[in-house]
Amino acid sequence: MSVQDLTVRRGHTVALDDVSLETPAGRITAVVGGDGAGKTTLLEALVGLVEPASGTVDTPDRAQIGYMPSGAGSWYDLTVDENIGFVGGSYGVKDLAQRADELLTRADLMHARDRLVGRLSGGMRQKLGFCLAMLHQPELLILDEPSTGVDPVSRVELWRLISETAAAGTAVVMSTTYLDEAERAGWVLVLERGKNLLSGSPDEVVASCPGEVVETDAPVHSELSWRSGEHYREWWPDGAPDGQVPAVLTLEDVSIVASLREGLTS
Amino acid sequence: MRAMILKEFRELRRDRRTMGMLIAMPILLLIVFGYAANFNVDNIPTATLGAQAEQAATLLAEVPKAPFDVTEVDSTGTADDAEEMLQRNEVDVAIVTGGDPVVAYIDGSSLFSAQTAVAAFNRLGDRVQTQVLFNPDLKTSWVMVPAIIGLILTFIGTIITSIGMVKEKQTGTIEQLAVMPIKPSTVILGKIAPYFLLASLDMVLVTVLGMLLFDVPFNGSVAVFALGAGLFLFVVLGLGVFISTISQNVGQAIQTAFFFLLPQILLSGIIFPLEAIPWAVRWISYFLPLTYFTMVSQGVMLRGAPLDSLWFPLLMLTVMAIIVFTGAVLRFRRNLAPGDGRHTKTKAAA
Repeated sequence: MSVQDLTVRRGHTVALDDVSLETPAGRITAVVGGDGAGKTTLLEALVGLVEPASGTVDTPDRAQIGYMPSGAGSWYDLTVDENIGFVGGSYGVKDLAQRADELLTRADLMHARDRLVGRLSGGMRQKLGFCLAMLHQPELLILDEPSTGVDPVSRVELWRLISETAAAGTAVVMSTTYLDEAERAGWVLVLERGKNLLSGSPDEVVASCPGEVVETDAPVHSELSWRSGEHYREWWPDGAPDGQVPAVLTLEDVSIVASLREGLTS
Repeated sequence: MRAMILKEFRELRRDRRTMGMLIAMPILLLIVFGYAANFNVDNIPTATLGAQAEQAATLLAEVPKAPFDVTEVDSTGTADDAEEMLQRNEVDVAIVTGGDPVVAYIDGSSLFSAQTAVAAFNRLGDRVQTQVLFNPDLKTSWVMVPAIIGLILTFIGTIITSIGMVKEKQTGTIEQLAVMPIKPSTVILGKIAPYFLLASLDMVLVTVLGMLLFDVPFNGSVAVFALGAGLFLFVVLGLGVFISTISQNVGQAIQTAFFFLLPQILLSGIIFPLEAIPWAVRWISYFLPLTYFTMVSQGVMLRGAPLDSLWFPLLMLTVMAIIVFTGAVLRFRRNLAPGDGRHTKTKAAA
């Protein structure tokens, strides 16, 4: 899967501006960004739901893509089994019963097979959405905020499913608003207002942080500092003065720095 | 309190559909009931036949306040011709002269015209003998049942279909359908077919029940009736699909469907006879599919009208079916395949 210089317009606004991304088989790419950053637009461009204004999108054939939209994409008035039957039938999945058993066991949904999807909890519904997207063993799995609104336990389970899938050789592109989640991905793309703010492996992204970030209890520039646990962190674009304690950076710090920097330059 | 009221007004102002209901609905109802709510028919299309056809026509024209509008005079016409003219809905009253007494054949399927005509002839005394055909007892139920069949189909077609279609949008499953390896045409046909089938079953049920409960006759050809009903179903299902494309959720769909339903109930000739609605409003009736379906269903069931006499309503239903259904399906298809339907898209950098 690769995206080159992709620009997407929605009406008069540029939803994606010259974004590039590559995800080989077996890698999890996390697309990170705040609301309206362009995460969903990028994923929709990958599955062909929106037309690119320019650039190229190169993905496997439609039958080789699994997509889980942000609403989890399951039919509320059908049972879990009926959802699986419909999606499996539409993709022409062979040995559907066996595949369904395998996925539902992994997702711990076997006991809910006869329940209406509308009656499932948010976490169960997300896990079902994942199963539906994985049913036909796609080469490319695209997940739009799979863990949003999901309880911590279900989040861990969902991550386990996603990691296992990638380990088995599927390319995974997922969007998330949780930066701790993105740290577990093999590749991170940080979007802001449709632009590619940062990209690379989590370590590369952290290492690429410009200037210096220090941990402090008395920040000098309030506009360049943010709360982190019991302390503050402060970004010094041109290097911190002597005597400050350098912070152990996380993806969250780096993406805050990136947007502060974007704010300074624009 | 003030904040609450202000918030409510702000929300209302932005909810165009509700504003439309608040503003358009009272105006529509006022106009319809003010102008169209009229059961009195004052120009019944009439034919005079037989030896004294000319004299009869002149005489009718001279009677003060006579509700008859003589549109055809045929001095060689017979009672059989009169019956055929009524069956083909060319006129609502056919007066056959030459015998004693003169016989006025009246089309009972045009209920209000028939009631007016019978009353007018009764005032003339024994000189004219009246004979009401196709609905001899002038039963309202006989006229209503064929029309109600259309109303039920409209209800299922627009409201139920639009709800079913818009649900996919509301729950986000339409995106799932769009990325699945199913052709958009298959998705659309698969979505519409169940409603077509259910509406057809409902139609048969209501028709049979109407016949059993109210003794409504079925004098014409089932095939002609099925043709009219099939075309009409395509129009109303198309309307349902169209409504789903301009609505984001079930509530909006129902509200929008209501806009399409109300004029059909009021202006299609079911409640107020078309002939009694002034042209200022009546032209709307001729854009409503239910108007034409009612012409077909009443014609076939009550008068046994043959196919060729119903060419106009059938043609109108065909034109509407093609325009509405195709337009709606194309609009819905855009939701499913915003691009060219191919999956991998490549566009040269601008």
